[in-house]
Amino acid sequence: MRRRVALAGNPNVGKTTLFNALTGLRQRVGNYPGVTVERKTGDLSGAPGVEIVDLPGTYSLTPRSRDERVAHDVLTGRMAGEPTPDLVVSVVDATNLERNLYLTSQLLDLGLPVVVALNLMDSADAQGLMVDVVALSAALGVPVVPMAARTGQGVDDLLRAITGDLPAPPPRPAWTLMDAVEPAVEALANALPPDVPPRQRRSEALGALTSDVLLDAWATRSPVFHAEVLAQRDALDAARTPYRQAEMMGRYGWLTGIARAVVTKRADDAPTVSDRLDRVLTHRIAGPLLFLALLVLIFQAVFAWATPAMDAIETAVTAFGDLLRPLLPNGFVEGLIVDGAVTGVGNVLVFLPQILLLFFFLGLMEDTGYMARTAFIMDRIMRKLGLSGGSVVPMISSYACAIPGIMAARTLSNERDRIITIMVVPLMSCSARLPVYVLFIGAFIPALAVGPFSLQGLTLVGLYLLGTLMAFAAAWVLRRFVFQGDAGLFVMELPPYRLPQWKTVFYRMIDRAKAFVVRAGKIILGLSMVLWVLASYPKHPSDDAAQQAEYSVVGRIGKAIEPAMRPLGYDWKISAAIVTSFAAREVIVSSLATIYSAGDDATEDSPILRERLQNDVGADGLPVYSIAVALSLLIFYVFALQCMSTLAIARRELGGWKWPAVMWLYMTGLGYVFAFAAYHAARAMGWG
Amino acid sequence: MTLADLHPGDAATVTGYAADVPERVLELGLLPGTAVTLVRRAPLGDPLELRVRGFHLSLRLAEARLVEVTPDA
Repeated sequence: MRRRVALAGNPNVGKTTLFNALTGLRQRVGNYPGVTVERKTGDLSGAPGVEIVDLPGTYSLTPRSRDERVAHDVLTGRMAGEPTPDLVVSVVDATNLERNLYLTSQLLDLGLPVVVALNLMDSADAQGLMVDVVALSAALGVPVVPMAARTGQGVDDLLRAITGDLPAPPPRPAWTLMDAVEPAVEALANALPPDVPPRQRRSEALGALTSDVLLDAWATRSPVFHAEVLAQRDALDAARTPYRQAEMMGRYGWLTGIARAVVTKRADDAPTVSDRLDRVLTHRIAGPLLFLALLVLIFQAVFAWATPAMDAIETAVTAFGDLLRPLLPNGFVEGLIVDGAVTGVGNVLVFLPQILLLFFFLGLMEDTGYMARTAFIMDRIMRKLGLSGGSVVPMISSYACAIPGIMAARTLSNERDRIITIMVVPLMSCSARLPVYVLFIGAFIPALAVGPFSLQGLTLVGLYLLGTLMAFAAAWVLRRFVFQGDAGLFVMELPPYRLPQWKTVFYRMIDRAKAFVVRAGKIILGLSMVLWVLASYPKHPSDDAAQQAEYSVVGRIGKAIEPAMRPLGYDWKISAAIVTSFAAREVIVSSLATIYSAGDDATEDSPILRERLQNDVGADGLPVYSIAVALSLLIFYVFALQCMSTLAIARRELGGWKWPAVMWLYMTGLGYVFAFAAYHAARAMGWG
Repeated sequence: MTLADLHPGDAATVTGYAADVPERVLELGLLPGTAVTLVRRAPLGDPLELRVRGFHLSLRLAEARLVEVTPDA
């Protein structure tokens, strides 16, 4: 029979490292149905038939956040399609026993067999902490396995505990409620419906008494019990009994005693390395400066170091297309596969090096414990702007791509903070906008020197700034008018700094990159083929590519919407190119290349395409493009939401089309209004 | 006196609450009788970094003002 083993533990206790050590690459990452909480499972290395479920890291099983809800529901068998685990491994940080055992004591209450994995023994040793494992095991009534998952120490012992005979369910932990609350819990345990097993009645009763979320579930399951809980609450409130604190007081009262008895500290109160690092990294002045320096480094990496790999991918995609051409029947199939599918997917794959680098750095920040410090440093400023310290990372990620940015917002525990963050991060200039910026700045912004800087470079920086400032403005508006009220709670652990686990960083990087390629790839693959068809049919009798462009469906759409785009300074060709890029911004470069038939090798840096744009004249004999038109286009691309993948991921993370629709409307609306303003302002300045 | 009034380096003991404190704060162990040290304030004065039960906890001023303390002599 298959055995299911759940890993439960606080955040930052090395649970992921342990999970990787137990399962290697035999892991599956998905989502729990209906919630955006990652579901990680894997088969135990070398022991078929044992499935490990990595529960989200939580401090408590009382469901307040989505993560806690999932952990609670899986462990109590309330999660659809998830059988109750046969064994729970409670992963505990040996350097911080008291707080970690809080969750353990809740696990013991569930009545499932429990093994405690006492992790980070090496850190405890380095800090001069000694834990009496035998005494701890006796106090908790369950097996305790001392270990250090990152060095592999003790992993075999844990493996034996997981695969061997299941330990007996633990005795009821010896913590007690304050006298004023105990009778209420007893009465409620008796009032529960008869189908609740005796072993769980007490914890179910306590949960319903102290947690509104847990109580609500009883409203339909047993209205009688529901009413009884409300009556007990009223009675306790009338007697001014702080029953909501009773559980915490009771558990910690018990655990403080255990921690005192089993932990001895060598007498030395020297500040730890972590404390000393924090003196610099969260210093009033040095802290923010170092954070800024790190951001510059990440930017440098994402934009400069990725270039050789991006060029290589571009070359490889072109070569692959050329390789395919002779193998395919001429005409429709060849065009659809090579110019549609291969080129389209290549357009996405080209961002992979940037995304890998970004995830590498984000993984490092997370794994070393620095991520929590960025939230700590930035929280005050971010809150003034309607966001939270936890929004910093999603926003930075979005400079590479809004998809990882939106996914990174999962770490925000407050739902309003999370929605606001997701709604504004697509305004950060992502790497897909860069080709568009490069093409139009190169073609139409004069290469003048402004002091030590170039006007072109300054324009580029200006576009990034414009997007970022608008993201803050949008957040402020959303907080002020839509999601009124205080920012969510910001109670966060600042974990000790640890050396990064390269394996963990690497796995996470691969994992996220895979998700990006699969999700983005699927959408782009279909769309690029559709777009190619729309741009190639119906066929114009002549072989002239420019006439074909005008004659095709895309050209006709361009003509049809030209009146609406005229106020922004765009002719039908630009309008058509914009239409094609609504699924993915960077497509405008290849669309313009097709429309201006600059040849298949046109890229954003291609002098051919640039010159054709510069030389294009309209029906009135005047150049189509002026500085005003270029500025208008650039600003439209800063704001408008032209990215199918972003909408798809936002729909998944926000659980419906309502907010993604609002996102598309407000961003594209901003694009239109600001492009209009820029065009007319520039013309008034004589740049028309 | 509340947590928000402490200076960096001050040690104190939690005595009670001025109003309803979010349950998360209690679950992390900031209970009456618990020893707590204010380690530092963030660069802009908010949030605070506390040391409680052997780990470091970040708490905004808004929540810190709800936790009453007596400074240790």
